[in-house]
Amino acid sequence: MTLDLPSVWAFVIAFAVFAYVVMDGFDLGIGILFPTFKPGRERDSAMNSVAPVWDGNETWLVLGGGGLMAAFPLAYAIVLPALYAPIIAMLLALIFRGVAFEFRWRDPAHRPFWDLAFTGGSVIGAFAQGVALGALLQGISVEGRQYAGGWWDWLTPFSLLTGVSLVVGYGLLGATWLVMKTEGDMQSHARRMSGWLGAGTIVLIAAVSAATPFLKGAYYENWFAWPSVLLTAQVPLMVLIGAVLFFRSLRKGHERWPFLLALALFLLSFVGLGISMFPYVVPGAVTIWDAAAPDISLMFMLVGAVVLIPIILAYTGYAYWVFRGKVGEEGYH
Amino acid sequence: MFDDISALTLARAQFAFTVSFHFIFPAFSIGLASYLAVLEALWLKTGKEVYLNLFKYWLKIFALAFAMGVVSGITMSYQFGTNWSVFSDKAGPVIGPLMAYEVMTAFFLEAGFLGVMLFGMNRVGPKLHFMATLAVAIGTFISAFWILSANSWMQTPQGFVMNAAGQFEPADWMAIIFNPSFPYRLVHTVLGAYLTTALAVGAVGAWHLLKDKGNAGARVMFNMAMGMIAVAAPIQIFAGDMHGLNTLEHQPAKVMAMEGHFQSHPDGAPLILFGIPDEKAATVHAAVSIPKASSLILKHDPNAPLAGLDTVPRENWPVVSIVFWSFRIMVGLGMLMLALGAVSLLARARSKLYDWRWLHRFALVMGPSGFVAVLAGLVTTEVGRQPFTVYGLLRTSESAAPLDAPAVAASLLAFVVVYFVVFSAGAGYILKLMSHPPHPGERGLDEAPDHPVRTAGITPAPGIPVHRTSEGDAS
Repeated sequence: MTLDLPSVWAFVIAFAVFAYVVMDGFDLGIGILFPTFKPGRERDSAMNSVAPVWDGNETWLVLGGGGLMAAFPLAYAIVLPALYAPIIAMLLALIFRGVAFEFRWRDPAHRPFWDLAFTGGSVIGAFAQGVALGALLQGISVEGRQYAGGWWDWLTPFSLLTGVSLVVGYGLLGATWLVMKTEGDMQSHARRMSGWLGAGTIVLIAAVSAATPFLKGAYYENWFAWPSVLLTAQVPLMVLIGAVLFFRSLRKGHERWPFLLALALFLLSFVGLGISMFPYVVPGAVTIWDAAAPDISLMFMLVGAVVLIPIILAYTGYAYWVFRGKVGEEGYH
Repeated sequence: MFDDISALTLARAQFAFTVSFHFIFPAFSIGLASYLAVLEALWLKTGKEVYLNLFKYWLKIFALAFAMGVVSGITMSYQFGTNWSVFSDKAGPVIGPLMAYEVMTAFFLEAGFLGVMLFGMNRVGPKLHFMATLAVAIGTFISAFWILSANSWMQTPQGFVMNAAGQFEPADWMAIIFNPSFPYRLVHTVLGAYLTTALAVGAVGAWHLLKDKGNAGARVMFNMAMGMIAVAAPIQIFAGDMHGLNTLEHQPAKVMAMEGHFQSHPDGAPLILFGIPDEKAATVHAAVSIPKASSLILKHDPNAPLAGLDTVPRENWPVVSIVFWSFRIMVGLGMLMLALGAVSLLARARSKLYDWRWLHRFALVMGPSGFVAVLAGLVTTEVGRQPFTVYGLLRTSESAAPLDAPAVAASLLAFVVVYFVVFSAGAGYILKLMSHPPHPGERGLDEAPDHPVRTAGITPAPGIPVHRTSEGDAS
């Protein structure tokens, strides 16, 4: 059996993107929810709960982007110019939000400004990522080996819907993270937010899922062709089960389950995205095999990825373990 | 008002702007990470409080510089696609894996252990904490290795074949990674980063010595920085010379621009010290030059013939004036660094290192010179690579993304505004931290000011960390 390297790399990059969503999702979510916390103790705790790990979380985004360039250079070359405005907006937003982690401690006089930068950066960053995803799903016009559309093609009601969805979804991850990491009033607050954001996320997942199969022919085929529909139909079913379990765990006062179940909802949405897209990397235009770098490039990287990614996951796990437990109430009495 | 040419020009301006800003931070953090590792090692070895205080002092500055390096770096990893998509499609199979290795071997290592390094001293204890510091320091070096390999391949490409899709297809990875200019560029750039850090640390030490020459922390940092400069500056000049000879072999047009040699000199080329290069007239006005010295430096023979830009088709010239000037700025600053190192050795020999106020003033003025020199070096080598992205093979004008000029203009404007707001604030905070004298009982990032400072080595029970609060910690 020969190894189909483009398929392997499609999986590796999907893994990197999902790892990014899992890890940076909740810390962007905390930025999104930041204004709902009281200045002072609450905001400090929220910030402290992600400060030691945000940097590592964001590195998955670099692996997603860098990996796409390395493994599927043609896709990288077509998709990024097509998504120019949302990508640039995301980069600028992440700059504000990233530096706010350090700057707010250094400048008490301007702390409200950097708190605003943290929130604004998180909201715009999440929104831009969602818009980019929607713009990719709805299709990109390609000519030869280049993007052939204009610089506003990305903007449609569908891409705005996916943008809003991701903001709400990341908000949910942030809220459930804080249920796990905080206590007392703040935890009650996070729990309430989780309920509302959970409901919003499920409604938006339903809306995006309902719209997607009607965007272009291939999606409809991928989802509803007989007999694969027997398999694909499990995805919405599991979303439904996940949603029920999520609200149950929230009501029962569990601390970890709401976060894990929110992640499960993201994973199911991500699987759904995979069903829609595969085997295209630019929907309807470029498959993973069209876009793949030569095997010699893919093999060279795979050797490294197989060894390094488990090691990365191990020491990332260690970093999380070092900072486990509830965040600093003790420092304040 | 916009046409195709201006879209290209705007994209180039955007890349030049964002990469220059980005480069400042790693140039500082590569050296600073190593300096922090040395300080922590000295503290663990000697148990002297002053090293721990200095460690904590510089750690706060490192946290800021590193955060700015990360966020400005994410921009770079996407800009290859947004603005240089044709380059990415063609060179991606070669460049991409090198950058993927940078992410997998370096970025994760740095980011993964940065949290422990910044906030984890009380949680993991000093030994494990030192391992984290070491991991971050090694990560910065590995990062430099891969990105400079990729950059060097663009300067001196080899080890590839062209495939049917018009892409550079790797044929020999060892030849790609260890391409001819890479070893020279790696040594020259990493030494530049060490010098940049030493000059900044030296200037901060000098500033506090000028105010209080008894400050123990200031004395230690000044001493260490001057020692580093005295050793590294001469090595750097030698390494730079070697790098120049390598460039002469592989990218002669770049050296011709650096030297201002429009004409060929069949019997010994002069070294032009100063002058005003005029590309149109292909001459250097008001040149002050030393006869035959350029041949002596580049060929080790005063009468050796040296070709000039007249042997290169005009459409393959880099912008001569930029390369000419940036090169002189870099070399001039390098000579001043050499002088600073030499003077500090003299002061050391006379046991006056902490007494000569004019030495402290000299060191203070030289504080930013490392940053200027590395940027000038970056400009020299990258503008000197023009008009190609992959030297001699892929023209810059054929590398850009098919973008509308207004899109690039808007993003360039946004980058300029955001970078100036964010990074000038960051630079301000770094200067503010530097203006505080190092003192005993320096607080770490994980120690609240209204809290008794925990003695390192006592690991509190997990789950009860001492975290930062916004009520204080302004220092």
